[in-house]
Formats: sequence, structure tokens, C-alpha cells
Amino acid sequence: MKRPPLTPILCAVPLTVVVVCAIGAHWLAPDATEQDVLLGVVPAGTSGHLFGTDQLGRDILQLSIAGARSAVVGPVCIALGSMLIGVVLGTFAGYFGGWADLALTKYADLLLALPTTLIALVVAGLVDGGYWVTVLVLVVLFSPTDIRLVRGAVMTQAARPYIESARVLGLGRLRIMFRHILPNVLPVALATMLLNVAFALVAMSALSFLGLGVGPGEPDWGRQLSDGRDLLGRNAAAVIVPGVLIIVTAAAINLLGDWLQERSVERAGRR
Amino acid sequence: MLRFALGRLAATVVLLLAVSFVVFALLHLAPGDPARNLLGPRPSSPEALAAIRAQYHLDDPFISQYLRWLGGVVRGDLGQSIRSDEPVTTLLADRVTLTLQLASFAFAITVLAAVPLGIAAASRAGSVIDRGVSVAAIVGVGAPTYAVGLLLLYVFGVNLDVFPVYGAGEGGLDRWWHLVLPAVTLASGLGALVFKLTRTAVLGELDQDYVAFARSRGLSTRQVRALVLRNAMVPVVTSLGLVFGFLFGGTILVEVTFALQGIGSLLAGSVTFKDIPVVQAITLLTAAVIALTALAVDLFSFAADPRVRKRATT
Repeated sequence: MKRPPLTPILCAVPLTVVVVCAIGAHWLAPDATEQDVLLGVVPAGTSGHLFGTDQLGRDILQLSIAGARSAVVGPVCIALGSMLIGVVLGTFAGYFGGWADLALTKYADLLLALPTTLIALVVAGLVDGGYWVTVLVLVVLFSPTDIRLVRGAVMTQAARPYIESARVLGLGRLRIMFRHILPNVLPVALATMLLNVAFALVAMSALSFLGLGVGPGEPDWGRQLSDGRDLLGRNAAAVIVPGVLIIVTAAAINLLGDWLQERSVERAGRR
Repeated sequence: MLRFALGRLAATVVLLLAVSFVVFALLHLAPGDPARNLLGPRPSSPEALAAIRAQYHLDDPFISQYLRWLGGVVRGDLGQSIRSDEPVTTLLADRVTLTLQLASFAFAITVLAAVPLGIAAASRAGSVIDRGVSVAAIVGVGAPTYAVGLLLLYVFGVNLDVFPVYGAGEGGLDRWWHLVLPAVTLASGLGALVFKLTRTAVLGELDQDYVAFARSRGLSTRQVRALVLRNAMVPVVTSLGLVFGFLFGGTILVEVTFALQGIGSLLAGSVTFKDIPVVQAITLLTAAVIALTALAVDLFSFAADPRVRKRATT
């Protein structure tokens, strides 16, 4: 009798809520950015404002629902973009070897030697870009891990008998690479992508906490935290709600990714 | 040994030169006229702009500007801050103590808590304790520092009123008391990372043939454990570079969260203000510290681990 997998079910619940909020932000929180400066800060529990309001009189609940969008969209794009780079460059490096492999590993080593937060902060801050420039910077900073991962997985696959026989059959290199090796690398890649989404979520909101990335006034959890920093005494919900949302979302994605990774490693071991 | 050390030293110098080049280029990468950027908020009359161009030799070719700047850096001249009009070295000297105190406090908490937990979890792999701490570590490594910090600040600073909410205290014991919450915040993420590294390393060693052999020869559990721990510490120590990187990134966020006047909050403030000389100096210093850590770690593992020695010389 197999135990039902508890981890993915427990993680799926908060993630579904966040994704629904991200997609349906327009309908669920139509007045998220509506300011009411005269109202100012009201504590949680005030009628009409379940979690109270911030300095500008914006409703914390609606703001947090709307913030799910920038919390999800950017990180998903970062994970996809960096895995795309990882799959293309990593497959080439792992399958062809030689100088292409050497150059790519050196490049990955160089980027891995630098602290991501610092580089992202400096580049995104000085270039003065908005949300999408930050996304682009993080794609570049995330790609070395993916290049290395795919390269390693491709190299173990390339040494296996089924690739040998495909070669003996006279199949083309590109066909072997993308039709035969890649499908076997995908499970690991998928798990890594999930973990990258969590890292990217934390990195993006860290930058908006420091005042970069999303523009002022836009709904974003990181920005809510830096705005709410001075409200701890008057309406703590302004900090607690987005803070808990970031922690829970990141934890759920991380646990799910970890579970997927373990499973794909186990499967690969059985084969 | 000497050849290996010299080779690694040369590689580190090359890496640092590459980083310094990129860091210098930041001035020209930032949008807008470099002279105007260096002028900052001061009125930008044509005379002032010309004076800045002359002072920073902005009309010289890029390479000679870079070499002039690099020469200054090597002699300990990191330029002038735009925001405060003070030498960057003075600014850094004023703030470096607090950052070092915070980082070493967090590092001490991490080592004292995470390493023993990692060893305990690995030796009881699969148990309830192992699973519990492992899940906590996954949550901790992913939890954003500033969110954890603000929640701790709310619970212990505002609600329970045990710890001070802002600032760095008066020095002495008061300073360390003020640093408890920031250090715990920083250590929560760092500790999760170190826990994972330790657990994986110890598990890997327990799987080795020599452990089974030592046990079958009748060595006591304590003796076997000493063997395992000594070998397991090598991968943990070699990840120190990674740990330092994590520590630096975290310090920026923790200092901003707790309004501490350290190097990290200086960097964050300078980036928003476009105080490029300060940003350049801090980036370069951080890269140097991390590169030198990596170098020291490599030399250490070369000296400590015969397997590394063999791989490096063949």
C-alpha cells in the first residue's frame, strides 16, 4: 500500500491560492492601488478593511492579493529564461565537450563566484531599469547553475548504451541531443526550475524591498514590507500579511521542488 | 605545493583584475553623462562639469582612466563619495566595524547551531528529528531575510518588547544586545544552508567503505565518528566561499531592515543615490574578500586532503 504523497498536496494548496490571486488580481482586488490619504493608517479589523490600511490608506488585503502578480510573473519568467539558456548551452557543452565546454564552465564559474544579491542590486540599481530589466539581470545571474546542471546530466546520459546504439544507427547529433538525451534530462530540469522560481521570488522581492524593480505605488510584497516597516506599532498587519505570504510561497515552492528532485533522482537510480 | 599555490594565486589575481575592470566600467554603464553623475546634486554649470571632467580625467581614453583608477585603488585611494563629499575610505572605516561584528555574531550562531544539528540529523538519517530539521532548513534557506527580520522585530521588539527595535546601541555590551535580533535573522538563512551542507557531507562519508570496514574491525562508535567527522569537514570548509557570499548578500538586507549603519546599508543607499565611487569600492572589496576566501580554502584543502593533492598534481 503506497502512502499518498503528503508534501505535494500540502504545498499545492497555498500555491494554487497565490496563482489564482496572480491571475485574477483585477477581479479579486479591483481597488488595490486606490489611495485614501485622508483615511491614513487604520489597524486591522476596522470594518471594510480586514487587515487595515497603510500610510496611503490602501487596503492591505487587496494590495497583498494584487501583489501576487509581480511575485509570480517575474520569477516564473526568470526560471524559464535561465533554464532555456541552461538547456541550450548545457546540452552543447555536455555533448560536444572540448573548448566550448571549457569556455562555458569558466563563464559559469566566474558568475557563481559573485554574490547574486550584490550584483543584482548594483546592476539593476545603476542601470535604473524597471521590473523587466531586473528580470533580465536575474536570468543572466541564474543561468550558470542551470548550464552546469544540464551539462552534468547530459554527460551522464551520453555515456549510456542507448546513446551508443543511437549513434551506431547513424542518427544525427542534433537528433540524438534533442530527441533522445533531452527528454531524460527534463525531470531534473523541471525540479531545478521550481527551486529557481523560489530563489527568484526571494531575490526579486529583496530588490523591491530595497526600492528597485517595481515602480513606487505598484502592488508588490517586497515594497509593502519596506513601506510597512515604520507601521509596526500602528498596523502590524501591513508587514505580517506580505511577510508571511512571501515566506509561505517560497517555502511551498522549495518543498515541492525538493520533493520532485528526490523523486527524479530515485527514478534515475532505478533505471 | 608551491606550484599549486602560485597557480591559484595567479588565477585569483586574474579574476580580481577582471572584476575590477567590470566594476570600473559601472561608471560608464550607468545611464547619462558620467560627469553629470559624478557631480551629483550640485548645480551643473558648464564650469563645474569641466572641472569634474578634468578631476576624473574623463576625456582620457577609457583604458588610461581605468589604469589611473586601478593605481589609486592599489595605493588605497578609493576616490571621493558624491553624497557626503568624504573620501570613500573614511566612510568605509566608519562603518566596517559594525558589519564585521554583525557578520561574526551571525557566523558564530550558525556554526554553533547548524553544524551539530547537521551531524545529528545525518547520524539518524530518516528519523523524525532528521525530517523535521531538514524541512525547517528548506524553509529557512528560502525564507527572505528581511521578511524573517521584520517578523522577529514585531514579535520580540514591538510585541514582547525584549529587544531594541532600531539602531546599534552605545558600544560594548549594549552593542551586542542590539545585534541579537539582526544576527539571529542573518543566521536563520545561513544556518539552514550550513545545516544542509553538513548533513550531506556526513551522510556521504557514512556511506563510504572505510566506515563499514572500521566498524567490522571493532572500532568503537566514538572512534568511527572521529574518522567520519574529520573527512566530512573538508567539503563543509570548502563551501565557505559560498557561505561568505550568502553572508554578504544577507548583511545588506539585514542592515537595511534593522536600520544599522554598516557597509551593507551604505551600499544600498549609495546604489539608490547613484553614488558610484562608493558602489565601486564596496563591490570590489566584497569580490576581493570572497576571492581570497576561495583561495585560502583551496590551499587549505590542498594541504589537508591527499585526494585533492593527487588530483592537482596529476
